[in-house]
This record gives sequence, structure tokens and C-alpha cells, in this order.
Amino acid sequence: MSTEAIRIVWVYPDLLSTYGDRGNLLILEQRARRRGLPVEGIGVHYDQPLPDSADIYLLGGGEDRPQVLAAEKLRADGGLHRAVSRGAAIFSVCAGYQLLGTSFYGNGERYQGLGLIDLSSDRGETRAVGELAGDVTPELGLPPLTGFENHGGRTHLGPNVRPLAAVRHGVGNDGTTEGVWSGRMIGTYLHGPALARNPALADLLLSWVVGQQLPPLQDEWPTKLRGERLAALG
Amino acid sequence: MNTEPVPLPLRAKLATTLLKSAAALSRATGRGDGSVIGGRVGLKVEPQLLALLARGREVALVSGTNGKTTTTRFVAAALGVLGDVATNSFGANMPTGHTTALAQSVGAPYAVLEVDEHYLRGVLPQTTPRVVALLNLSRDQLDRAMEVGMMAEAWRKALDGVHTHIVANCDDPMIVWAASTSREVTWVAAGQRWQEDSFVCPNCGRHLDREGVHWACPGCQLRRPTPTWSLDDTDAVLAPDGNRYEVTLQLPGRVNKANAATALAVAARFGVSPTQALPRIAQVASIAGRYATVVKGDHVIRLLLAKNPAGWLEALDMVEPGCPVLLAINARDPDGLDTSWLYDVDFSPLRGRHVLVSGDRAYDLCVRLDINEVPFEHVPNFGTALARTGNGRLEVIANYTAFQDIRAELDRVN
Repeated sequence: MSTEAIRIVWVYPDLLSTYGDRGNLLILEQRARRRGLPVEGIGVHYDQPLPDSADIYLLGGGEDRPQVLAAEKLRADGGLHRAVSRGAAIFSVCAGYQLLGTSFYGNGERYQGLGLIDLSSDRGETRAVGELAGDVTPELGLPPLTGFENHGGRTHLGPNVRPLAAVRHGVGNDGTTEGVWSGRMIGTYLHGPALARNPALADLLLSWVVGQQLPPLQDEWPTKLRGERLAALG
Repeated sequence: MNTEPVPLPLRAKLATTLLKSAAALSRATGRGDGSVIGGRVGLKVEPQLLALLARGREVALVSGTNGKTTTTRFVAAALGVLGDVATNSFGANMPTGHTTALAQSVGAPYAVLEVDEHYLRGVLPQTTPRVVALLNLSRDQLDRAMEVGMMAEAWRKALDGVHTHIVANCDDPMIVWAASTSREVTWVAAGQRWQEDSFVCPNCGRHLDREGVHWACPGCQLRRPTPTWSLDDTDAVLAPDGNRYEVTLQLPGRVNKANAATALAVAARFGVSPTQALPRIAQVASIAGRYATVVKGDHVIRLLLAKNPAGWLEALDMVEPGCPVLLAINARDPDGLDTSWLYDVDFSPLRGRHVLVSGDRAYDLCVRLDINEVPFEHVPNFGTALARTGNGRLEVIANYTAFQDIRAELDRVN
């Protein structure tokens, strides 16, 4: 493995950070460190240029106004597009997930997204709030997905992208599928934070960066947490 | 000041009587303090009961995400100088609770009501308050509450053009924006430890510039107003009369000194001076178990309630150095069902202590503390936590229902 630090950028924590989104950064950093992998995580505010040379980009949730602002800034900045074309990984949640697509709704209007993934989002008739469980798309080889969703949007995937999971309990994109997987980009509606509930997903992102499988960690508490949350759904 | 409640119409009298019986029955059967059920019965019989009971009284409302129960208690204590005060001291902060509080003290010429953020808009016209205190707005139970920006906007609309005096925290941009449509505002520098919900101007969306306590929007006129009440570095209150008042409280933390400063500003609008108010505020020892110190066997246990990230930051600041601490987390309906906010709290100040973890959602907290590199011990319940900490002090920080569970084990301490 390379001795160069894994660079993680938390994109616009001043706009896209609702409940616990920082957790996904903390978990990636910790899981890299526990394998002796040097790691460097930074938050880049929306009035700063977004570096295009990092390995993983994290986008969190946000209210409508900050989401619209983040989409405008990211389009104007171009750093995220350059990073993706270089092969960087993206892990995005909720509002951050929606804005990777071609369009999304905010403040009752349709806005142009970043167009990085073939998906679009609109408003559902009801807000989806509660526990979600699902079976991860088999090619990813991950255990069941668990998390907490809280969103008014519904997301429609284009024909050439795969969902992250098939919904067993909850709503996700549309009641059937949850999230997206496209190349090295993952999007999800899940909080929890998602990587606290799904450490294997964190390891998948890290393994994309280092180019090989990572040795397992002991994971006593995440295992207990997952067991309890999945069991609570019956 | 000559205030007197206006006599009630017959239907409202009947509603008040039924309200009191329902509340008394609920208390007698051990179902709680009866505020909510009583108010529900009263408002069913007379939908205008809250407005009718408020007529002729001098009312202060207190709202915000954190500190409203404490500040309400402080203001009620201060206004006690003037006469009887009706107040919802059990923290029942929706219209049912307000109605009960007024019905239980029909003769009280003053009322100090804690108002849930979502209900401020409705309670304003019903109670025509003389003063409204706005403390702070931050993320709290996003799975069912309004987002912070939406709440600030709802308040802004509710306060637009209303003839009431606002006492508001100039350190919270969301509060300043919400209050900026008001005609008359007294600004209090009540502080803002938690800034994660106000990076961005609520008015125009630009990134706020911050320097020390000062903040300003580079894109519009919104900026920190100059306060007339503030806390200095030694936690004394600087008042608009130019005097500096030492604040002695039984409650811990700088945040409670700030709540006292807000209470003093509200009391001053009623003609109560800090010299009159402070000795009464100093007598407040605990509030529905919050901050209560309980002796149980060989243990001295202190209870701290923390319901959201901003509240946890304040609570971590209050715990006695070196003392073992029990953290208890539930995620039942009153707590909010999503525990992700645990990652908005930095628990590293707890490193080096004996940290115990319990509650329905202890595993969420265990994962969080593990990531935070805070060593901890998971215990199944409060009794085990006591057994594991030997003699002496134990600090307890718990969210809402976890707090109530532990309070029940301590005989519903107040």
C-alpha cells in the first residue's frame, strides 16, 4: 500500500451538514488510521476553492437554501467534476446525493444539479422519516444496509446506474430502491450516520482508494449496533 | 402597575373548573402533573380559553431551542417581586400547558410562559404578551421538527408588526434575523457556543463573517446588533444602567448566567430592577429535576439534561472535573428518533474520566465514543452504573426520556 496519505474532503460543511454528517468523515479517518494508513481529512467551506486532487469527497445533507447555493458553487468551481474525472470517490447523503444528479427540487422550484450521475429528484407526497433497511446491490458484496432516513425528496435513477440497495424496510429513492452506485460514486438518503451503521461501506470507499481489500477490524460496537437496529425492524 | 385578570365568562369558568378536575385526577392517578390533559379538556369546552384566561394579565413568553425552562423559571422568580405569577413550571410548553398554568392561578396578575418554538406564532395573539424573550435556535430533533432556517422564518413572520417588546440574543444570527421585523427589541449578548447552524446568512445566504463575538453578513445589512445587556468575562451582568451586577446562581455553567442576563432584561421591562431580581433568581436550585443534586446511599448524583448538540456542549462544560459521568441516551418519540446528532457533539473533553453509557440507544453512543477515542463502559441500567462507580459523586447527562427514567429511579426528584 502507498504511504501517501488518503486525502478526504468534506465538501462545504457550512452548507451541507445536518444531523451528524461530520460522522462519516470521522469514521473514514478512524478506520484508515486503525489499519495504519495515513489519512488527512479537511473541511472546505463554500467560499474556498475546492481542491481537485483529493481521494474521497463527502457531501452531506442540508436545507433547501444551502442545497441550492451548494449546487451553484460546485458548478461554478468545477473542482468536483475534475476530481471525478480523475477517479476520485464520492460519498454523498440526502441533499448532497440529490445534487449529484441532473436536477432537484428546492423551495418549490426545479434546480439544475451537477449532472455527475444520471438521476433526478423531485418531491414526494409525504416526508420519509424512519429506519431503513435494505439489501445492497450484490456486486458490491456488502452486508445489509441500515440507517435512518428523513427526506421529502424522491429520486429516479437513469437506466445505466444501479441503486445502492433494494429496500426491505422504509422508503429510500421511491419505496423500492435506495441510493445510487455509479463507478466510484455512492449516494444515499441515510443518516445514522450511514458509515457508523455500515462500516463495510466505509471500507469499500477506502479500498477503492488504496486499490485492495483492507484487513478486517474488530468492530464490536458497530456489530452490536447493526444487530440491534436490524432486529428492531423485525 | 395596575393589572388584574378580567372576570371570566360563564363557559370559560366551567371550562376552567373541568380543566382543574381533569388535571387533579391525572395527578391523583399518577399519570403525570396533569397539565396537558387538563388543558386539553379546558380547550375542548372553550376553544378561546387561553385567550380568555390571559386577558388583563401582564404576560411574558420565553422561547428558543435551549434554556427556555430555566429562563422561564428565572423570569417568574424575578416577577414575584410584583405579585403572584402564573407559570408553566412543569415544562408543558404547548397551548394546553399554557392554559392549565393560567387556570391554576386565576388570580395571578402576571404570567410567564415557556413556549415551544413551533407554537410561538399561535400563542402570541392569544396571550398578547408585554415581552417575548427569544433565546437561540439550533438543530433539535430534525426527524419531526422544522429545520432551523424554516423556524427562524416562521418566527419572523409571526413577529412582523406585532406590538410587543422583544428581548433577543444578539449573538445568534438566526434570532437576530427572526427579531428584525419587530418594532422594539432589547438585545442581550447571551452567547452562542454552537455555531454550526448559522454559518450562512439566513437573510441572503452569504457566508457570515465572524471575528470574536462580532458577526456580519458581507452581502446584506444583517449584523450583530449592539447589546444593552451582556455578560463580562467574570460572568457578571452589565446592565444598561451602566452598573455591573454579580450573578450568584445555584445552577451551573456560563449558559445559565446568560439565561439570568436575559431574565434580568425581561424583568426590567416589567419595572423590576436587577437588585430586586437577583436574590430571587439565586434561589432557583433545580427545575423539574434538571441540575438537581441527589444523595442516594453513598452517592451524590447530579442530573443534567441535554436534548440536542448545543445542549450537550453546554452540559459537557458543566461536569465536575475528574468526576465519573454516566451518559444515557434514548430515542423515543419525545427525544427524536434519529441519533445521528451524536456526531455533532465532541465528547473528547470526557477523556480521562470513568465514562459509563446506558439507555435504549447505548450502542449508538458506544460507536460514537469509540470513534471519538473516549474509553467507556457499557452498563445495562442506572443501578449498575451506581454499583460500578463506588462512592462519591456521579454526574449524569441524559436526553429527555432517559433523564425521566433516571429521575423516576430517584423518586421523581425536583
